[in-house]
This record gives sequence, C-alpha cells and structure tokens, in this order.
Amino acid sequence: MTKKTTRSGIEIKPLYTAADLAPDLDARLGAPGEYPFARGIYPTMYRGKLWTMRQYAGFGTPRETNERFRYLLAEGQTGLSVALDLPTQLGYDSDAPDAAGEVGRVGVAIDSLADMEEIFAGIPLDQVTTSFTINATAPILLAMYQATAEKQGVAPERIAGTVQNDLLKEFGSRGAWVFPIDPSLRLCVDVIQYCTDKLPRFNPISIASHYRDAGANPVEEAAYTLSAGVAYARACVDRGLAVDAFAPRLSFFWYTYTNFFEEIAKYRAARRIWAATMRDRFGADRADSQRLRSACVCGGHSLTKQEPLNNIARTTIETMAVALGGLQSVFTAAYDEAYAIPTELAAKTALRVQQIVAYETDVAATVDPLAGSYFVEALTDEMERAIRGVMDEIDRRGGMVECLRSGWVQRKIGERAYEWQRKLESGEVVIPGVNRFASPEENQHDVEVHRVPLELERAQVERVRKVRAERDAARTAAALERLSAAARSTDNLMPPVVEAVRAYATVGEITGVLRRVFGTYVPPVF
Amino acid sequence: MARRPRILVGKPGLDGHDRGAKVIASALRDAGMEVIYTGLRVSPEAIVATAAQESVDVIGLSILSGAHETICARIAALLRERELDIPVVVGGVIPHADVPRLKELGVADVFGQEATLPQIVSRVRDLAAAASEGEEIRDPGARGSRATRSGEPERAKADNKGGAK
Repeated sequence: MTKKTTRSGIEIKPLYTAADLAPDLDARLGAPGEYPFARGIYPTMYRGKLWTMRQYAGFGTPRETNERFRYLLAEGQTGLSVALDLPTQLGYDSDAPDAAGEVGRVGVAIDSLADMEEIFAGIPLDQVTTSFTINATAPILLAMYQATAEKQGVAPERIAGTVQNDLLKEFGSRGAWVFPIDPSLRLCVDVIQYCTDKLPRFNPISIASHYRDAGANPVEEAAYTLSAGVAYARACVDRGLAVDAFAPRLSFFWYTYTNFFEEIAKYRAARRIWAATMRDRFGADRADSQRLRSACVCGGHSLTKQEPLNNIARTTIETMAVALGGLQSVFTAAYDEAYAIPTELAAKTALRVQQIVAYETDVAATVDPLAGSYFVEALTDEMERAIRGVMDEIDRRGGMVECLRSGWVQRKIGERAYEWQRKLESGEVVIPGVNRFASPEENQHDVEVHRVPLELERAQVERVRKVRAERDAARTAAALERLSAAARSTDNLMPPVVEAVRAYATVGEITGVLRRVFGTYVPPVF
Repeated sequence: MARRPRILVGKPGLDGHDRGAKVIASALRDAGMEVIYTGLRVSPEAIVATAAQESVDVIGLSILSGAHETICARIAALLRERELDIPVVVGGVIPHADVPRLKELGVADVFGQEATLPQIVSRVRDLAAAASEGEEIRDPGARGSRATRSGEPERAKADNKGGAK
C-alpha cells in the first residue's frame, strides 16, 4: 500500500481504531464553549447562531458597490465584506500616478468620507456588520466608517464589524504593506486600543493566514498565524493594555482548501493552542480571551482557472469542512475567482453554496459532529503537535516579528510554493481538470468575466478632485497638521485620523502625512 | 561558451501576491538562468531602467490585479523610447480575450495559470537565446548597450524562434 500524507506531510493510516485515541481525550476536548474549546467556542454553536455568510464584494466606484451590497443583502447574505481596490489599500488617491489602471479593479475605490457615505447609502449601519479587508490604511477606513455611522445617527459604540488590520501577514505574504514594521505595529495597536475604548463591538484586528495562499502548508499556516497572534498580544501588553480587555476583541481569518479532514483538524487544534497560549502565556482569565473567534475563506489558491465550474464542488467541500471545523464566519469564493472579481451569477452561486450546506444538510444541526472519530481526534492531536513545533521554532528565532524581519518566514513560504508547483507538475498531487482528467481544448476560452470599464476610473478621479475642491481647505490642512504632530509623538493616532477624515482629507493625503514621518518598508532580498 | 541567460522577473502594479513571481524565479534559477527579481510594486520606469542596466535578455512580468493592459502599454512605450529590444512575457491572471491586445502591444508571450514550469522555462530560454543572438550580430561583445536601431525585425525574429507551445 502506498503511503498517504496530508498536505502538511502528516501520514494518514489506512485504518484508525480506538487505540489511536488519546487516553485523556475528554480533557483534550472539554465541553463546547469551555476550555480548551476543541469542540467549538460556544456551547450551542450553530444551533444557537449559524455562521455569518459574508461574501467579499466591492468593485468600481462606490455607487456600483452600494448596488452589489443591496443585491447581496436582498439575496439573504447576513453580513457585508468590503473589497477595496489596491490604491485604497496602499494609500493612494484615485488620481495618483501610481493608481493608474488599478482604480476600482480588485475592489471599490475609496478616497474620502464622501465615498464611504455613498457605499452605505440606504444601509443602516446599526443593522449590519461590516468587514473591511484593509491593513496599512485600516485606521483611515475605520475612521470613515465611524464618521459615516455618525452621519446616519448611529453612535460609535453601536457599529459592529471588523478591520483586518494585520500588517504582519502583509510583510509575510500578502504584500500590501506601506510603512516599516515598527510603525506598522504601532498603528495596529493604536486601532486595537481605540476600539477597546470607543468601538466595543468592532473587531480591531483579524489575524489572517494569507501565508497559506502564498504557499505555506496547513501546519505552517496555523503556526505563522497563531505566532502573529502572540506577537500582537505581546505588543498590546507592552502598550500597557490589560489582556482581558483586548484579547476578547482579537479575531482570526483562515484559508480552507479541499484537504477536508486536515482542515477540520487544523481548526480544532488551533482553538486548543490559542486557548492554552492566552491562559498560560498571557494569564488571560476570561473565557472570551481564550476563544479563537474565526472567519475564513473557502477558495483562494485551491480554485482553478481550468474548468471553472469545478470550483463550485471545491468550495462546497471546503464549506463542509468549515462547518465541521466550527468557524464563525464564512466567505465562499466564486467559481470565476481565477479570472476576475465575480459576475453577479458567480457571486450568487457562491452564496448558495453556503446556504445549501447550512440548510439542506444536517451539519449545522449538532455541535462538533466529528468529535470522537478515531481519525479526526488522532489527526487533531498530530496537527497540534506539529503546529506547536513550528511555533516553538519561531519563538527560538525571536518571535514572529523577527522571523519576518529576517525574511525567514518569506523564504520558507517561497520554498513551499515552489515545492507545490513541482508536485503538481509531476502528478504527485492530483487536481482533476488540471493535471489529470484534463480537457485542455475547453480551456481556450474564458467564462463570462466581470469587466471594470476604464470609464469608472475617470469618474472616480473626477469625484476625488471635486471633494478636494469643495471641502473647507483650512480645516483639512489643520487636521493633517495635527496628525503629523501626533505621528511624531507616541499618542494614539486614531483620534487625529478621525478628525482628518471628518474634514474630508483623502486616503492619499493622510497616508502621505504618515509616510513622511514613518518612511516606507524595504523588504528583505528574495 | 554562451553566457547564462539573464532574466528580469518584475512585479509591476500595486498587487502584492508574489507567489507566482517567486515560483517562476526559482524555476528559472534551477534551469541555470540568472534571475533579477525586482520585488513588489515596481514602476514600469524602474523595470525598464533595471532591465537596461542589468542587460537582461528577457523581461517577465507577473500581473494579477487586472491592470495588465495599462502596465504593458507603458512598458512597451518605455522600451521604444529607449530603443530597447528586450522581449517581454507576462504571466498572472490574464483573460484569454485580452491576449491578442497584449500581443499587439508587443508582448512576446502570455502565460496563464495553466502554463507549466517546463513550458515557461523553455520559452524564456528560447527568447533569451534569440535576443542575445540578435545582440551579437548588432554589437558583438559589448554587453550593456542593448539599444537597437530598429526594434521591429528583432521582435519578429524572437517570436519565430519560440517553440514552447
């Protein structure tokens, strides 16, 4: 019999029996909602509250995105997730030379408060929760969301949602960094501190596992992500924040691929490790501080350009894994993910995948249905051991921040990505429709692809210029001046950013002020 | 003895997903080529300047954000301005429908997600061989000055030599 391994290289035996269960299984599992949370972070899990169906959307100008959001809400989506275009993510206004060709492409363009107001026109911000995949410019977008809510008459303490605000994974894998590592961490903690004080329902960070999509295997994905969590917790403690004040607001974001059982085991193991880490390393007493609250994407690199409809099957398997793994919020990518941002049909079908798993199957009917499975419990234990092994190595190398500073993590990820590609091309891993059972002649044409016309870029350029021309210029300039002074001090930067945003300072102007004070990150050589 | 082909792998535009660029860089290195990887968010101007300074034989671009047409047009214009005849190949998220337009802009080849590493390596090697052959005829022995009097015939030759597909 040939040897079988998981994507992380853990051997899978042909048969598991009661002998594979740990003698202290009950202690390793605990009751759902109780330490160590292996069975889930809440006692009733999906019987109490189904996972949030939160599809990542946004493109073109604020008006198009407002229309898509209203459509998704009408189709039964339960939370919003804003995709931002790259200029917004990197702090360039739509009329900046660096933004040419990128405006409104991979997400919506937001230049000023006027854009945020339009995106949420007719969507009451006390009735939805909104997630922003935003990092380097997270303080600005968060400030704009708060200011938009205020204009709707919704008080800051009532708005709920998430800013990704995880810069470590930008250095490690996703690449949307702006400032050097230390000021980036400062901004992350500024947002965490501000939300803890002023926006108690807002998740100030979503510690994300993009390392996986860049090449890391599931064990490394979990180890890097949880180690980043440790680094943020350490940074908050160093700032003087009380662990039980900020830890309940830390949230996580994961990648789920089709390696079904390994994904389920990964989530169960990760919950156990995080609970122990917060309790034992940081002395967190509150259960809320120990709960690994998690969102995820089903899709990413697991989806293929070839025979794109196959991706519907893939995301279905992934959504099943997530439901059995007990996560809180799910985004299923659309079948045309490898081509462009989704068409309306593709976006609707992706949402239906989740609804089918949630309502047609019985996976959500009982808590942690796989508990006690010889295979799942054995694999959960093995994953936990392996993840802890990599986390220990990161600690020995000085922690996640140092491992990113030196480029160690980036190199490991690059090696893994190359290794995967070679395995794919040698046929060692099989992806139907790609390297086996493939029909290349079918791949010569595209599926219907969503197009972002270049006119949208011109419209957005005019829009930001109009905002600059019509605002109270003296007020904006004064607000930016105060921000600059605050950046040179050790003050929390959120209050001056909120002031600048209210004065209709643009994303590019605010980022520009901070760039002048902090400089720009220079990555280690590849 | 032939010099090792020198390839610039560039990541223009604002997108930070460099998995593909790094995998290609590793594969070209393993195939014995010298690879200059620019890192993220490098402007078309910087890419063309580096390509000239490093006397590369081929420019490979990785673009996933949908900005490929804008970026390739800019790079083609800059190469023309400097009278550089360096073949450009593009990989990433490029709809099939956009390939003819990129070819019109002077892109020698476009590699989608379905392209294999051996295909890409072999095509790049052919383009590099054609490019340095053209250069020796033009300007024997003098690396560093890769300017041509007329880019067009060289480009046509490079295209004919490529046989990877």
